[in-house]
Amino acid sequence: MIERTHRYAISAAHVLSHPSLSDDENRALYGKCANPAGHGHNYGIEVTVGGPVDDRTGHIVASDLLDRIFDERIRQRFDNRMLNDDAAFGELVPTAENIAIVIHADLASEIAKHTTAHLVRVRVVETQRNSSTMGAPE
Amino acid sequence: MLRITRAIDFSTSLRYRRGDLSEAENVELFGPQSRQHGHNYRLEVTLLGEPDPLSGMVLDLKDLQQILDDEIMVRFDHRDLNEDTPYFEKRPPTPENFALVIYELLKAAVPDGLLDRVRLRQDSDVWVDVFEASAAS
Repeated sequence: MIERTHRYAISAAHVLSHPSLSDDENRALYGKCANPAGHGHNYGIEVTVGGPVDDRTGHIVASDLLDRIFDERIRQRFDNRMLNDDAAFGELVPTAENIAIVIHADLASEIAKHTTAHLVRVRVVETQRNSSTMGAPE
Repeated sequence: MLRITRAIDFSTSLRYRRGDLSEAENVELFGPQSRQHGHNYRLEVTLLGEPDPLSGMVLDLKDLQQILDDEIMVRFDHRDLNEDTPYFEKRPPTPENFALVIYELLKAAVPDGLLDRVRLRQDSDVWVDVFEASAAS
């Protein structure tokens, strides 16, 4: 089996708070991450694809094609933005877990549609100390 | 069963080209990477096995390093993949093809079916994993 991973950088702000909870409840649940004005991260987004190695090009998926899919579907949407402003994150709190779920769902269909590869997993690296992975285990 | 991983670094030049295409066709297919360029590769080799009850080691890392020196460093470090190795006359040395070559070399050299995975990092943002499909997949 063979898999290829690209790592991308996204700079984004977010607030961890649920609309159904009071400010005090959000502060109790999320601590400093509930700061109402937000905080931010340099996210590392690792996108892993699998599939046959093309005989002609020697790639599972052409580098610039995967980069273009990521730019159009993810970078345009989340880079240099406040994640809570995105339609996906109303009642869904933009934790690293939920960000991984949202990105995985978006990329899985695009990669299947435009390439001969499939999305294996997405890993969202929020800081050097924590990350979340959606997809097949490594 | 547990995994141990050893990393080595090597610096290599290469160009993406296919032997059956003309120079112009190679440029068309591979773009800038059809020109000779280089990478600092990092290879992470993972073994899966039981630690020896006496030594506590799955494999002595000294022995693993010797294998990596003999099979990988000698062949690829400070060399050109197209001119100095026989593996890429027909197919381009993409990270996928290079990782597959490395996997086969190490599968033959690492003892007792211990080889679990080979991860070839082309740079900080792109890497390829080669591993055996598990029974469950």
